Order: sequence, then C-alpha cells, then structure tokens
Amino acid sequence: MTVPLLSLQGLTKAYPGVVANNNVSFDIGTGQVHALLGENGAGKSTLVKMIYGLVKPDSGVMLLNGSPYAPSEPRAARADGIAMVFQHFSLFDALNVAENIALGMETPPAMRDLAKRIREVSETYGLPLDPFRTVGDLSAGERQRVEIIRCLLQDPKLLIMDEPTSVLTPQEVDILFETLRKLKSEGTAILYISHKLEEIRALCDHATVLRLGENVGECVPADTSARDMAELMVGTTLQTPERSGRDLGDVALDISGLSVASPGEFGTALKNLHITVRQGEVLGIGGVAGNGQDELLAVLSGEIQTAADAVRLNGQPVGNLGPTARRRLGLLTAPEERLGHAAAPDMSLTENAMLTGSVRESLERHGFLKWREAQGFAERIIHDFDVRTPGPDNAARSLSGGNLQKFVIGREVLQRPEVLVVNQPTWGVDASAAAAIRQAILDLAANGAAVVCISQDLDELMEISDRFAALNEGRLSTPRDTRDLTIDEIGLMMGGAHGMEVAHV
Amino acid sequence: MDLSSINPVLLIASLMVAATPILLAAIGELVVEKAGVLNLGVEGMMITGAICGFAIAVETGSPWLGFGGAAIGGAALSLLFVLLTQVALANQVASGLALTLFGLGLSALLGQRYVGIKPPPTPRLDIPLLGDLPVVGPILFGHDLILYLGIALIAAVWAALKYSRAGLILRAVGESHDAAHALGYKVVRIRILAILFGGACAGLGGAYISLVRVPQWTEGMTAGVGWIALALVVFASWKPWRVLLGAYLFGGITVLQLNLQAAGVAIPVEYLAMSPYLITILVLVILSKDKSRAPASLGKIFHASH
Repeated sequence: MTVPLLSLQGLTKAYPGVVANNNVSFDIGTGQVHALLGENGAGKSTLVKMIYGLVKPDSGVMLLNGSPYAPSEPRAARADGIAMVFQHFSLFDALNVAENIALGMETPPAMRDLAKRIREVSETYGLPLDPFRTVGDLSAGERQRVEIIRCLLQDPKLLIMDEPTSVLTPQEVDILFETLRKLKSEGTAILYISHKLEEIRALCDHATVLRLGENVGECVPADTSARDMAELMVGTTLQTPERSGRDLGDVALDISGLSVASPGEFGTALKNLHITVRQGEVLGIGGVAGNGQDELLAVLSGEIQTAADAVRLNGQPVGNLGPTARRRLGLLTAPEERLGHAAAPDMSLTENAMLTGSVRESLERHGFLKWREAQGFAERIIHDFDVRTPGPDNAARSLSGGNLQKFVIGREVLQRPEVLVVNQPTWGVDASAAAAIRQAILDLAANGAAVVCISQDLDELMEISDRFAALNEGRLSTPRDTRDLTIDEIGLMMGGAHGMEVAHV
Repeated sequence: MDLSSINPVLLIASLMVAATPILLAAIGELVVEKAGVLNLGVEGMMITGAICGFAIAVETGSPWLGFGGAAIGGAALSLLFVLLTQVALANQVASGLALTLFGLGLSALLGQRYVGIKPPPTPRLDIPLLGDLPVVGPILFGHDLILYLGIALIAAVWAALKYSRAGLILRAVGESHDAAHALGYKVVRIRILAILFGGACAGLGGAYISLVRVPQWTEGMTAGVGWIALALVVFASWKPWRVLLGAYLFGGITVLQLNLQAAGVAIPVEYLAMSPYLITILVLVILSKDKSRAPASLGKIFHASH
C-alpha cells in the first residue's frame, strides 16, 4: 500500500471540561476528497485546527508523506502545502481582494504581478474575480472565491474546506464542485467538512464520521444512504418532523409594496416587497445571505419602522410601531445572530427571558420586574426545549450555539405568537435539536399561527414550509407551493449563479 | 488696531513650529489606531516626554540627547499601557485615561527641580545660501531638525501603510484581529510595537514643546495638545496627509489669533482663543464626509481563543 498523504494517528485534544478529540485516527490519500462528518461539537473544527497548526494536540502524531508533521503555526502548515478555507471567512472587509490574498501568502509578489496571477488562476478554475474590488462589497459567494484563490496560489497538496457551501446557491455549489474535481484530478487532496449529506455523497470518495470527539466509523459516501450517515453522526434513529394537514385561516401578515433602504453600510435595500401569510401557514424565504434577510427581519420586528400601512397584522396597520408594541399585538421575531441580537451575551437566561417576554408573559407591573415569574418562564423554556444548561442563572454566553438557539426560539414559541418570524432557526444546531426546533415551528403553525421562516438551508425550507419565496438583491420572488418545486427552480429563484455562467471549467 | 504689524513670513514660519507637537503626537496615535488600539494616554505620554527631554537636555547640555530621552520616556510610559491592555486585557479607554493622569502626576514629580531653568537651545538648520533667500528661506530652510523629522514621519507613515507589507499587516490587524490571527500573524506583538511607536512620537512632541516652542518647563505645560492630537486623528479619517493639514491649520490659526490679539483686533479674546478648535474641527469634518471609516477592530480587546 502506498504511503498516504496525511496520516492522523491517535490525536487527542482536551479543553477544560470537554475532550474535543479522543484518539482520532484516519488517513487522507493523495488526490482523495475526504469528508469529515459530524454534528456540532463533534470535534471537527478542533481536528482541522490541529492539522492547520492553530491548535497543538495533547497526544498523537501526524505523518505527512510518511514523515512526522507537527506545525507550530499556520505559517508552517502553509509551507508544508496545507491550505484552509475557513467557515467564517477570515477576510478583511476594508481591504481589496489582492491585499487580502497577499496577507495569506508567505512571500507575495508585487501587487501588479499578484493581480495578474489572481486573474490567471481565477480564469483557470472558473472563479471570476476582480483583484482591486473592496472585499466588503462582495457577495458571500465571491468572498469564498477570494479564500479559495488565496489557497490555490500556494499550490496546496491538501486543501481543507470547512462548511464551504453553506452560503452558496445550488448553481454556485455545482461550480465549486467542478473546481474541486479539477483540483482532485491534478492530485490535490481535499478534506471536506460538512453536514450536508447529499453533497458529500455527490463529491467525496471517503468519509470519516466523528461523534463526541471520537471516530465512530468510516464509509464510502456513494454507497451509503444519507440516512445511514446521519444516524452514524447522531448515534440514534432520527425523527423526521411531521407535518399534519391543516386548514389555512385568514391573512395574518400582509406586506404590500414595501421598499426600505438598508441602515447599514454594506446592507441591501428591500425593493417592492409583497408578502401575505395566512394563519396556519409556514412561508419559507430562501436566498443567499446578504440579499436582504437581515433587513426583512428588521422590518418585521419593528427595528426598522415604515409607513403604518406597509405592514399589516391581522388587518391592523403596524408598520410604524416599535418591537414592544408589535409583541403586544402578537408579532414575535427571533433574529439570526444569537449573541448580541437575539440574546444579550452577558445577561443570565432569566434576564434574557425577561427581555422579550415581559409584555406577553406579564413579567412586569407598573415598571417593576417580577423576577420569580421570569425565572419560571426561563425554566419552562429550558425544560420544554431541552436546553442543556445548569440553570437559568447562567449567562447566555456560556451556552453552546445550538443550546442557545433552542433557548431563543423556545422563548418566542412559548409566548404563543400569532405571527412568528424566525431567521436561520437551526443555524449551527445539530441534527436532532434542529428536528426538534422544526417540529416546534410546525406545531405552532398547526395551532393556527402564521410563521415566516427565513433560512439558507433549502432542505429545511422544503421540509417545513408550505410556500417558498427567494430573496435576491432585496427583491422577493413570487411565492410558490413547495410541493411542486425542484432544487433547480429554487436555484433560479435565488438569482442563479451570480455571474458564474461565464466560467469555463 | 494695526494689522501691518503681522509679518506673513514670520507667521508661516512660527505656525510650523506651533503645529509640530500636535503633528508628532497625532501621527504616532494614527499608527496605534490603525493597528486597532485606542490609546487615550497621548497627553500623559507627551508631558512625560516633555520633562524627560527637558531634564536630559539640561543635564547633558545636548538637545539631541534630550529628544532621544523624550522618545524613550514616552515609549516607556506606553509600556504601562501595553501591560494593561495587551497582557492584562484591560479596557483600553479606562487604561488610556489612567495613563494620562499618571503621566501628568509623574511629570510634575520629575520636574520639581527644573522649574525656571533655561534648556540648551536647539540649533536651527543653517544652510548658507538657501537660508538667506527672501520669504522661502525662513519658511522652508530656517527650522530645527525635529520639525523636518515630523514632516518626514508623515510621508514615511503614509508610504509604509500604503505600499509596504508591514503596513498591510498592520492595517489587517486593526481591521480584524481574529482574521489576522487565523492567518498566523502575531496580533499582540504587532500591536505592542505600534503602541511603543505611538509613545515615542508623543514623547518627541512633548519635548518639542518644552525644548523648542516654549522653551522651559512648567507643570502641565502640554495643556491639552495631546487631546487635540487624538481628535485630529479621528477628524483626519486616519489619513497621514490630513493629519499634517489639520495640524498646520490648527497651528496656523493659533498663531494668527495670538497675532490678532497683539494687534488689538476688536473681537473679544475668548472668541479668538476658541477659533483654532472651531475652525480645525469644521474643516476636517467637511473633509471627512467621504467613505472612510475607523479601523473595524479599534478599541476591541483581542483574546486568542483557540
């Protein structure tokens, strides 16, 4: 047998209180696309950080082409031909593309030569990019191209990709896959981290599954069903959320002809939006991040106020009301950003429960707060939504992302909303918790609430929504029934490949 | 009122002298802020530099050793800020304010023996032919070396930030310390160097007041120049040439209003005295209406959590 490109043997890394990786071993061969699967908190990130030199293992060894490999810092890893595309892009908004790429190289050439090489590589791999544009103005897909090109310019032997497709349209995903297959044919190995199982089945040669920091199995994705892989990841049988047939009531939320400028510098303006959602209905809104999702949520929550008639709740104009007044009327929202938007990071769960629940749960009287009732409310959220925390006195920041997400969604669901708007309800949440959150949303709709679910997870939207619409550059497509939609049609609704058609691969 | 008593050539020459302390302190702070650190201790580092420079110049008889000592003194005080904000991860605003108060007290203590003494004069550049030219001579060629050093620093910082790799890395650290860390750059080390550079520049600026502009030592003699320098960096949109423009504008109007006071213009002294602040801020606010913005990580504490 030939020597694998990278061999991990018994890697262990413990943090105070948790073992992130316990005795993990596997091999990556030259030119192999190797998937690393696992739920959040399974230890995928820690593992790749060890390979990339950001974290040192407590024990275990790595072999690169048969010789010991122990990078002390990312620079050393890059020098050995290992490159990484980060999940949360490590880009500098105020700098241009060429400057960003120069920062990721050891000995960058002069700017003019670098710009030329960026153009060459971007054309070879079908990733069009202008070296002198400011990164803050780029779309998520274009930003990812910056990261990929930064890696490709160093001729990597192993390319690590951490959740690369979570921000792309289906067409952009196809083109990314073409690029990756071309790299593979040139002998570059790829370590591909994702929890999107269908993508892994389409792309990867081999998969390693991590659960709670341990390697629990390997498989050939093409020969394994997505369900089997999911159950290997979770360790138990998965429950698919059930959607019961239900009758739609009156129009609960009505937006007609709404246009709003974005409050932020790099935001997207909303253009001529029409939305109607009826009682008992779930409207799914898809689209690539940064196409107006945050602004839409702000318009619905009351953070951006409009003309009174532009937003109607049960026929009543609410466009000029603030968030608290809208909550009183039954319009509740749960924004995407958990820390800092949905929850105050340094306040306790009880205080956070108080922050949005005070009106509908009657947690204050004459300006005085009823702490005992607020704590009871927080405990109810923790119990009903299986939030893993020692108790309601813990700070929101101390919860893991998935647990805090369960808390902020549960907090709104338990306030019996008439209209609930959620943005990325299961972002960063593991499969079983995501299923629970989706079930809660469906149950809410079954009880007659109208739900608007903004998400970038198309599988999620197809699973829970009755109608689907896509946001593209601040415009909303006409909603369509999800039952007769294909993924390709959805991709076109999301704005296609954002100019990637010109690429030749 | 006799406006003819104001000599425009002398006015321009003296405005350059008046602007240099602000200029030096502001260009140092600009580099610090570009690296993502907000050091509000400029005033404290300036006054510390002013007394260190003064004392060393008096003891050794050499103004150049004095300026060297001032730069070291300012940098040494900024080391305290480094310790607080980069090692102990304390709040930058509070640490900077504490640094200013500490510097004011420390300089008063150090300066007790130096009140009322004359420092050795700082020699002016004396170029035989050029210095004798009418108008141009006194304005361009009749100053001391530190004044030229200030202008050279502006040009050097501008070029370094725009064209050099070190400048790019510095801006990257100030823009997103997490991303810079992920790429393997030493965020804390780069910031420490920037803070020390800022301290040295502020120290030089302080010594320029006590050795050239005034020249003598009195307690609290920087009288808010450090705060002006801080404001200047913001209103100059973190651009070196605008710092030069703002400093000269401020220095110019300060000198002009003093001349006008002496000439007996019929405007109340209080209005004249506030005019440099008002006009400088007004002009820079108008200039800063373009898209430029603060470094994104400015004032945020970096904690390497990997």
